[in-house]
Amino acid sequence: MSVQLGSEISDEINDRVYALADLLGESSLPWLRELVPTYRSLLVYYDAFEVDYDEIKSELTELMDRHESSISAASDRPRFVYELPTAYGGEHGPDLESVADNAGLSVEEVIRIHSGIDYRVYMIGFSPGFPYLGGMDPRIATPRLATPRTRVAAGSVGIAESQTGVYPSASPGGWQLIGRTPVKLFDHTKHPPSVLQPGHYVRFVPIDTERFLEIENQAASGDLEIQTSEPAS
Amino acid sequence: MSGELIVRAPGALSLVQDSGRAGFQRFGVSESGAIDRDALLVGNLLVGNDIDPAAVEVTFGGAQFQFSQDSLVAITGGDLQPSLDGTPLEMWESFWAPAGSTLSFAAPVAGLRAYLAVNGGIATEPVLESRSTHLASGLGGLAGSQLAAGDRLPVGDGSESRRAGAKLPHELRPDYGDEITVRVVPGPQQDQFTDAGMRSFFESPYKVTESSDRQGLRLDGPAIESVSGSYDIVSDAVVFGSVQVPGDGKPIVLLADRQTTGGYAKIGVVATVDLPLLAQAGPDATVRFAEVSVVEAQRLMRERRRSLVETDLYDELVTTETSVSLAGTDTQVNLSYRPTALSTPGGGLVSANIGTARSTVRVEDIE
Repeated sequence: MSVQLGSEISDEINDRVYALADLLGESSLPWLRELVPTYRSLLVYYDAFEVDYDEIKSELTELMDRHESSISAASDRPRFVYELPTAYGGEHGPDLESVADNAGLSVEEVIRIHSGIDYRVYMIGFSPGFPYLGGMDPRIATPRLATPRTRVAAGSVGIAESQTGVYPSASPGGWQLIGRTPVKLFDHTKHPPSVLQPGHYVRFVPIDTERFLEIENQAASGDLEIQTSEPAS
Repeated sequence: MSGELIVRAPGALSLVQDSGRAGFQRFGVSESGAIDRDALLVGNLLVGNDIDPAAVEVTFGGAQFQFSQDSLVAITGGDLQPSLDGTPLEMWESFWAPAGSTLSFAAPVAGLRAYLAVNGGIATEPVLESRSTHLASGLGGLAGSQLAAGDRLPVGDGSESRRAGAKLPHELRPDYGDEITVRVVPGPQQDQFTDAGMRSFFESPYKVTESSDRQGLRLDGPAIESVSGSYDIVSDAVVFGSVQVPGDGKPIVLLADRQTTGGYAKIGVVATVDLPLLAQAGPDATVRFAEVSVVEAQRLMRERRRSLVETDLYDELVTTETSVSLAGTDTQVNLSYRPTALSTPGGGLVSANIGTARSTVRVEDIE
């Protein structure tokens, strides 16, 4: 069953989605199988061999009414910013110059703009650990590549229209690649397997290629701890 | 009595699949799993497993497997002309395969995908609580890959005393056809389509195209008109059977390997009870959609499941543990799982990369 909490992208709606997901997750509902929260809706998998659609619908409605105040207060939850060290340009960001050309800015300005904002994680979807981030400065918005790459390296940081994001694993991809983080965002041996969680924020911290290699080695040996901090605003 | 199932030839595509990787979609992890969940379920029941163990999903045939030890086996799903050391086998029926014998699949005569279930189940290492292979993300199965000649699949410990000859009654066996009608619960975004668009969807035949795979069945037929001319929505979650309509107006039915979220309006969800028909529909099959209510779709699903699970005709093989809580869940409609059609470039057996690398990258596949 899909619970729609709005039709647009907003922090408030997204907060409500995750508050509802938390509420259901903590409610020991015997019929609940899986929850998939997204920008503005929550997909509720239930055991339809055991309960009817109408029962679930009324139970969910009642639960939401009863907890309306805590769902609405979701935006008061603590926030964390995950810092992702990122090497911009060169082999790690082959499209950085075309993004700069498209924006009529210098490469340095693009890096400064891109790394100067804390991006909200609205949802994880598309592929394991892939974060949908919001809030990018429209000055560096760039269309997707006309022909997607057949392989994008894991950790690649890209721009597609007004969105920015990170590919957690190697995959085909059509985003303009401006940099790459050595941080491993998805690891199926960990719980939870995804480092980033919706409702948190991401900050890209520029590093050079040398530092990239150091962090990459740390990540490979399991010594890397991702820095978190309070949001800037 | 654990042993091994040795892959002698994988054919077009052979994969380790169970009833899917539930519970991790919120982290972007696709469900995957057997596309024809009913066939997997019945295969497991016939060999005395509970409903969850992994089996091998064989697509299109051309595959060969050898048993390292005496094994209780059943072949269900699409009829790919299975034979044991050259002797044709009955489908939907358990049999003993002696140590060293070779099971072969030729080519499809009905359906597309067969399931090779063995007592004890395929016992590869679970990843995120499932053995299902998801090729796009490289999770599950054997190192996240499709099976290759020489692979040795561990088989779990089974029961010693099972008897062969359990059969699914003929009247319960599915009739996989090239002209199918599947029932659909409208929504959640049916309001984005015009009345004429809804009529196109429910009244026109659609052809399964070659660019179909385990992710989705891509259909060709009359374009479905949207109200605003736009087919985009703010991305949200999709389920097994979601019918999304991208910019060209041609519907796509999402299947087991679908991504977790999608940005196209969803006109409806295929009723779980009918997903096996789509799972076994090959290129050029004709699909028609008929409207059904959620309540009716759930009733049909339960009735079907009850008939498959509770029939006493599995003989003594079916024990009380078959009242397992069923893996199927339901969304708007139902949710369960099924197979997909595959592309057959050139019309013959498909090359080895079905469902993995595609020559053309489709918009909805990619970020």
